[in-house]
Amino acid sequence: MSTIELAAVTRWYGNVVAVNDVTMTIGPGVTGLLGPNGAGKSTLLHMISGFLAPSRGTLTVGGAPAWHNPDIYRTLGLVPERDSVYAALTGTDFVRSTAKLHQLPDVGAATARAIDMVELADAADRRISTYSKGMRQRIKVAAAMVHDPGILLLDEPFNGMDPRQRLQMMDLLDKLGAEGRTILFSSHILEEVERLSGTIQVIVAGRLAASGDFRAIRRLMTSRPHVFSVRTSDDRLLGATLLGRPAVTGVELTAKGLLVRANDYGAFCRELAVLARKHDIRLLELLPSDESLESVFAYLLAS
Amino acid sequence: MSGMFNGTVASITLRATLGRKRALLFGVPAVILILVTLALKASHPATSDWPSLILGDFGFTVVVPLTALIIGGSVLGAEIDDGSIVHLLATPVCRSTVIMTKFAVAAALTMVLAAGSELVSGVIATGGATKLVMALFVGALAGSVIYNALFIMISAATTRAIAVGLLYVLVWEGLLGNFVSGARILSIGHYSLGIANAIAHDSALHAGLSLTTAVVMGAIVTVAALGVAIQRLASFSLRGDAV
Repeated sequence: MSTIELAAVTRWYGNVVAVNDVTMTIGPGVTGLLGPNGAGKSTLLHMISGFLAPSRGTLTVGGAPAWHNPDIYRTLGLVPERDSVYAALTGTDFVRSTAKLHQLPDVGAATARAIDMVELADAADRRISTYSKGMRQRIKVAAAMVHDPGILLLDEPFNGMDPRQRLQMMDLLDKLGAEGRTILFSSHILEEVERLSGTIQVIVAGRLAASGDFRAIRRLMTSRPHVFSVRTSDDRLLGATLLGRPAVTGVELTAKGLLVRANDYGAFCRELAVLARKHDIRLLELLPSDESLESVFAYLLAS
Repeated sequence: MSGMFNGTVASITLRATLGRKRALLFGVPAVILILVTLALKASHPATSDWPSLILGDFGFTVVVPLTALIIGGSVLGAEIDDGSIVHLLATPVCRSTVIMTKFAVAAALTMVLAAGSELVSGVIATGGATKLVMALFVGALAGSVIYNALFIMISAATTRAIAVGLLYVLVWEGLLGNFVSGARILSIGHYSLGIANAIAHDSALHAGLSLTTAVVMGAIVTVAALGVAIQRLASFSLRGDAV
């Protein structure tokens, strides 16, 4: 009942393909949907939450199609990315209204439980318009969880939060995942996903670039070829020396110094220091030149 | 969830609508109508037909539609624009119930403000609760219902609901409806005039449609507009990634 299944799901807007032939199964526990901005994460979440029709492929939530099927919301909670809630309502009113819309048998108890879960009882009777960003996110989670769904979807839940609020939200999602719920959240920040999820789905340019255990994918990310920009007191000598090292796969002499390609991040950094000392070369600058998340994702896609 | 009206949706809609700054505009057309009536009453116009002209033509083709546009646009369009509608739609409530409830809230608010101002202005203009005043009040009630159905449909169909609605009020109701006789069959202002004239029998109302035509066409427009709005909301989509 708590499984999300996508089979060859594609979504396009006119001539632009936003999500391309994605097949994945997401089960209980916390799963991170990782990818750079514009990769297709939100489009995927919108399709899973029934707010966007797939152009092709099949998508089911708890065995039922998500599109044109409001019944899925009996087992699914959604925390949208936009910071838009009914600001004129108090936190309690917002959560209670959601409980009523779900026709829960004990609205009061469900409301109190959901507000306690996000630790907002002290501020629950204040208008949402007076809440901080983090409090708004938590009240959205409370409303999404008021009917005790087996599946919770969160679109960029940490955007705009300060570090303390992030930790609180991470602890909450950890707890919900440990209870056996299916928690799927999207993020473009590697560290957020690293902290939270054992399982990740990496989306790059609308395609599923990597899927599975976070540690294995993280290893793949760190063992990829790296490019460093190096400036020293004797670039030519250092370049010639580096070419003999197994960790280095290429050296280019440029007007600004050396451009070094290494296949082992750690080994290169250790050897560079040793070689520079041995040949009495002064290191002036060492910069990793391809450390953007996009380049990491691009490598995953290529491999 | 069965039923076409949901009290919780109505309560959220009412509080969210009245909680926005835009709510300050709801009463502006009504206040203008009352001020114009007071000014005309004080200036003693030569023609005795002025209450019918002002409260009929101006009231039904400007005051009622503008009030309905601002309110109808707020109950649905504003929630779609700011994304808060997602919290309502991510529940098992039927989309038809959402539309019908929001329509009921918008029509009721418009009735209070627009039809209420017609009533107050009518009493000021004629000096009492005359047959003309009651006719204008009933016409305004009907207009509040039909205009809101149209503007809720526009809110569900486009993200530029206020601009499209304003264009409709100014061009269709303000110009074509009054100067092109064939356009009256599709003018909500003329449905209201037709209904009011059936009660008041006042030639100064310039009613271009019979009661039967006005009621039938008004019902068709209302049902069709709400049907389209329900269908549009059922296919409501979110777009997220920059593509």
